[in-house]
Amino acid sequence: MNKKSKPSAYTLPASQLQKIIDLLHEQGYTVIGPQRQDNAIIYDEITSTDALPAGWTDVQEGGTYQLQRRDDDAWFGYAVGPHSWKQFLFPAKKKLFTIERETFRAQAEPADKTRYAFLGVRSCELHAIAIQDKVFRDGPYADPAYSRLRNNAFFIAVNCTEPAATCFCSSMNTGPGAESGYDLLLTELIDSGQHEFLISSASAKGRALLGKMELPEATPAARERGQELLARAADKMHRRMDAEKARKLLLANPEHPHWQELGARCLSCANCTMVCPTCFCSTVEDVTSLTGDTAERWRRWDSCFTMGHSYIHGGHIRSSGAARYRQWLTHKLATWVDQFGVSGCVGCGRCITWCPVAIDVTEEITKFEPVTQETAA
Amino acid sequence: MAALTDPMLPRPFRIEKVTHETADTFTFELSQQQADGDGRFDFACGQFNMLYTFGTGEIPVSISGDPAKPQRLVHTIRAVGSVTRAMKKLKKGDTLGVRGPFGSAWPVQQAEGNDVIIIAGGIGLAPLRPAICSILQNREKYGHVALLYGARTPQDILFEKELREWRGRFDMQVMITVDHAVGTWKGNIGVVPDLIKRVKIDPDNTIAMVCGPEIMMRFCVIELHNRGMEHDTIFVSMERNMKCGIGLCGHCQYGPEFICKDGPVFPFSKIRTLFDIYEL
Ligand SMILES: Cc1cc2nc3c(=O)[nH]c(=O)nc-3n(C[C@H](O)[C@H](O)[C@H](O)COP(=O)(O)OP(=O)(O)OC[C@H]3O[C@@H](n4cnc5c(N)ncnc54)[C@H](O)[C@@H]3O)c2cc1C
Ligand code: SF4
Ligand code: SF4
Ligand code: FES
Repeated sequence: MNKKSKPSAYTLPASQLQKIIDLLHEQGYTVIGPQRQDNAIIYDEITSTDALPAGWTDVQEGGTYQLQRRDDDAWFGYAVGPHSWKQFLFPAKKKLFTIERETFRAQAEPADKTRYAFLGVRSCELHAIAIQDKVFRDGPYADPAYSRLRNNAFFIAVNCTEPAATCFCSSMNTGPGAESGYDLLLTELIDSGQHEFLISSASAKGRALLGKMELPEATPAARERGQELLARAADKMHRRMDAEKARKLLLANPEHPHWQELGARCLSCANCTMVCPTCFCSTVEDVTSLTGDTAERWRRWDSCFTMGHSYIHGGHIRSSGAARYRQWLTHKLATWVDQFGVSGCVGCGRCITWCPVAIDVTEEITKFEPVTQETAA
Repeated sequence: MAALTDPMLPRPFRIEKVTHETADTFTFELSQQQADGDGRFDFACGQFNMLYTFGTGEIPVSISGDPAKPQRLVHTIRAVGSVTRAMKKLKKGDTLGVRGPFGSAWPVQQAEGNDVIIIAGGIGLAPLRPAICSILQNREKYGHVALLYGARTPQDILFEKELREWRGRFDMQVMITVDHAVGTWKGNIGVVPDLIKRVKIDPDNTIAMVCGPEIMMRFCVIELHNRGMEHDTIFVSMERNMKCGIGLCGHCQYGPEFICKDGPVFPFSKIRTLFDIYEL
């Protein structure tokens, strides 16, 4: 390596991660990180590394999620839980404006100037944020609140070394290693009692912060270990999705009989759309004050599984469960590409885990495969 | 690139005039209340606004005014549910919130040099009215111009005075039909697609603009296609639930299309494969 070029990765002893959190606090960031709550790993404000889910992992399958003790004390030894960063950048409920009857002036909520630092962002989640950027920030009309929060945020990604059984990011090219979209990137290494991280940066903000840490360059052995863990993680994923094929199958089969079967199984509970890190549908609600002098307009998450989603005067367009399931799956895996140039799925597996009847998108998609001449006969 | 202002904030507009068109349909003429700018509301024929009533809700409504008269924003609304009924109670001097204009437009320029056939069902005449005004102002630029309009009953016919004026012109064919009639109605009884049979169509030089219930548009497209028109010369205006009008809320999705930003006006060729899918 050229002596003058900066090393690509440093070694961060686990004890030093607290310093990063402290530096971020000094710079005015609100740090959000993973923690164990109600038998799940969720994202919430964090001030100390003591709050991290040390020694826990998540065991996931269709319709089930369980926390289990790990053999080691890894801080990021789980995959993804029911939360995603979406809830901070695109809050589930948000006041759009307050309006006075007398003047009819609509007053937007004061801009949320919070600067979030997200600790423990997975590669699939960085991809999901990049997808929501296309929806909320980069189109002809931007959501100013999303754009501000997102542009102000600091992302500390963590490479996935312990994917869940429901993960399929490797086949979607969205993981398990993060490639871009972060400020700092961690790979957790735990070997013979040593707990440390490989750390690297991919932005000026990230480099500036690293500069304050005075860390030793990572050894080739440590870097190799990081690569090895990522390769092993990718190998472990047995669920997969052929995105291009899925898209073709869905576009070709809007009237396939399998939709009826899916419609019959699906409870229309909307869990999948709530946990999905890319789903962006919202509706609005109007509330009038008791005196009737002011009114508020609120936006809240919506789902194409609700009847109201497709209501127009005279009836609901997607009145059958089959039609609603078709909207979700076809939008995710097919028409999203027409709309935004990428798939709406990042392979995080949340919709599989949190489906009460364990519908598995990677499995269902294969049911649309063309019937060959022989089998049809 | 992305607009800097908050696109979800309505601007106040004052109701200057209310016209009761029929028992359930009324027209508002609105003027901008904020004194910034020259008060003009420029739009393209076929575009819509999101109209907000205090504390009740916000709905998409097409602009029904003459684009050559941008000082007054005009909307024609049929009272069918909570928001539209609340609007029906508003009077001159009351205020409405407006966001827009949004969406795609009727191909009035593209149609220059061609015959034009305009087909409306029910309230569907309102979104087409700006296009009719615009075409008549530049009448010499078009060939044969026909308007086919269907209403439920004679009492439901919109813009009666104007229809009579249009009908009185020598350079425009106007045909009206109703689904049911009792009493003195001497006109056509039947559905709009049947009127198409009675219009001369030069399929290679005609542009059709169709707006009405989906079922009516379906049969009109079939009939026009039977008469030799290609699907890319037939334009329809689609309707879906809309909460934002600007591509953010996801409600108006129609396959890959967002009706609010890719539509509401589409060449039929663009949505043909979607149109036949049940419950899309
Ligand atoms: C692009 C476009 C242009 C339109 N132009 C006109 C017009 O010029 N004149 C006119 O009278 N009507 C027009 N409509 C239909 C009008 O938006 C609905 O009649 C209105 O939303 C009904 O609202 P409501 O609260 O009175 O009815 P409810 O039945 O109480 O509906 C409740 C809510 O559902 C949604 N909704 C219901 N029906 C529709 C619908 N058809 N389209 C979209 N959202 C709906 C609205 O959010 C509404 O507030 C247009 C619709 C679209 C999509
Ligand atoms: S569709 Fe399922 S697997 Fe894909 S991003 Fe959404 S929740 Fe994750
Ligand atoms: S339409 Fe359904 S699948 Fe698509 S973003 Fe909305 S909730 Fe998600
Ligand atoms: S109306 Fe919200 S996306 Fe079209």
